[in-house]
Amino acid sequence: MKKFDILTSTAVPIPIEHVDTDQIIPARYLKNVSREGFGKYLFYDWRYDQNDEPVRDFVLNNAIYRGEILIAGKNFGCGSSREHAAWALADYGFRVVVSSYFADIFRGNALNNGILPVQVSEQDLQVLFSYIEQVPSTRLTVDLPDQQIKVEGTSWIRDFEIDLYKKQCLLNGYDDVDFLLSLDNEITSFEENHSLF
Amino acid sequence: MGKSMFDKVWDAHVVKSLDGKRDVIYIDRHYIHEVTSPQAFSALKQRGLRIRCPDRTIATADHNVPTVNQHLPIAEPLSRHQVATLTENCADFGVELFGLGHSKQGIVHVIGPELGLSLPGMTIVCGDSHTSTHGALGNIAFGIGTSQVEQVFATQCLILQRPKTMRITIDGKLQRGVSAKDIILHIIAELTTGGATGYFVEYAGQAIRSLTMEGRMTVCNMSIEMGARGGMIAPDDKTYTYLRDKEYVPREEAFDRAVDYWNTLCTDRNARFDKDIYFDASVIEPMVTFGTNPGMGIPISHPIPTSGHDHFRKSLDYMGFRPGEKLEGKKIQHIFIGSCTNSRIEDLRIVASFVKGKRKFRDIKAFIVPGSKNVEEQARKEGLHEIFDSAGFEFRQPGCSACLGMNEDKIPRGEYCMSTSNRNFEGRQGQGARTILASPLMAAAAAITGEITDVRKMMNHEEI
Repeated sequence: MKKFDILTSTAVPIPIEHVDTDQIIPARYLKNVSREGFGKYLFYDWRYDQNDEPVRDFVLNNAIYRGEILIAGKNFGCGSSREHAAWALADYGFRVVVSSYFADIFRGNALNNGILPVQVSEQDLQVLFSYIEQVPSTRLTVDLPDQQIKVEGTSWIRDFEIDLYKKQCLLNGYDDVDFLLSLDNEITSFEENHSLF
Repeated sequence: MGKSMFDKVWDAHVVKSLDGKRDVIYIDRHYIHEVTSPQAFSALKQRGLRIRCPDRTIATADHNVPTVNQHLPIAEPLSRHQVATLTENCADFGVELFGLGHSKQGIVHVIGPELGLSLPGMTIVCGDSHTSTHGALGNIAFGIGTSQVEQVFATQCLILQRPKTMRITIDGKLQRGVSAKDIILHIIAELTTGGATGYFVEYAGQAIRSLTMEGRMTVCNMSIEMGARGGMIAPDDKTYTYLRDKEYVPREEAFDRAVDYWNTLCTDRNARFDKDIYFDASVIEPMVTFGTNPGMGIPISHPIPTSGHDHFRKSLDYMGFRPGEKLEGKKIQHIFIGSCTNSRIEDLRIVASFVKGKRKFRDIKAFIVPGSKNVEEQARKEGLHEIFDSAGFEFRQPGCSACLGMNEDKIPRGEYCMSTSNRNFEGRQGQGARTILASPLMAAAAAITGEITDVRKMMNHEEI
């Protein structure tokens, strides 16, 4: 897994609530059997019209918004468990998603793919949207070791929470399989005593 | 302090507690399908690993499969390739596959319970958010991502943060024409689409107890639509009657021993939940959704609410509805009865008993897609297919079908589909498709009238 420590970048705002994984990547693009190449389908039906022409007012088609940080309305990633949503975001180039809360499965999928979900309060989320909308070149810094997000050139700075284990995984590029494999003896002894009835 | 059912099942599966917050949890049953497993198999191969417990793993093909002419090769090359990849992987790794054409094939969340593969007290996962369905039997069942599929393949375990617990109690008696689907759409409309994020739900109360097992599965199925990781219902005599004699369920004395254990799983009287919520079943009406998430639902007699919120406006624009108007009387073009929410034999029986002797409205396209080969066969045995046929409904072969726009069954742009599935997201049933979620009975009523209809107005006293 790709490591993550500190990132400074401009950001792309999607001030829509409950962005579901069918929007992040529509089901018809889930047919590939590898993890690569999903970025071109990211937000496909918002990004392109029925003739596959770019939808001009969608933010990913607007050259003034660029960056590795996506800021989205509350409950980002709800719906289907498809990890393709995280693969599409990562492949497109996003390393951080900021929202006021995330759907559980998406949060896990993001963390397992080197994408950092940063949860801020609803009020702070609105502040971030207005910073970006007023000055699209605004740069944000997301500091994982210190668990802080800040708006560069301002005094705006907030702490964010992350599970310590997942933090270590991201900082070091470890994944859960490595850790679980190291528990082989414990798993075997659990199995010896485990019976359902 | 007493323990909840969730606590009991969870605690019985802790291999190791990591830091008080995270546990390594052992998984009893792992279902896989063609969409979310190929990358997990590739990763195993890359690491040179085998599946730790192939006998705890069961595969089926459901998302990509056509629902007609299943004896022919899948026409769409990418779908065909994805299904073929599952077949190869299962052969390579020794996983039992109920693939296309197999007598046990079907939607993963329909076949697990009907074969007795999902039992009370288990931990059950699948790379599919509707895995919560299996919780109707009294187990912890939830959807996972593909990286986690790989973890379960490799170690039969997951590292999980213990979720908060919520109990939703629904007491009182349901009105005629109101079903399990309406209960869950009502709950989601109240709690909103993200209202149970971070929680694992137990459904309790008289209205839940009085549901059939199929109805309970419908309720648990949609737990994820309010953000809950899963939903569960305490096992009782109905559960045991349902399970007895199912193919993979222990027999005779072993079954009795199992029941003794299962009876211990119920939530203790003095257990505490992080949240306790109550609903009155008697006020629930047939529900319909008007927007683009499952939380945007209303009782059929109510108007669409008004809200100045951007998300709300965007949603109504997509659906072609206006705030303040009622859905009753709106023309629709398609009916889809199927999906892991409502494609079990009971759903089909209810629809058959309602449409018997009636005929669908002229140009309505009405699909009925059974959840499994077993459901299909049972429906044919009972002659339901003939009733559907005379009513002008197309009875198809098992699969996820028009629930998710991944196979050939799609709703055309701009057209309305009254659907018994679980998601009304933009484009869910096909690009530009407009989905109205409802119960099988409400969908059947709309098929007959050609418009959104309050099914209660069409019911005789002796019906349903």
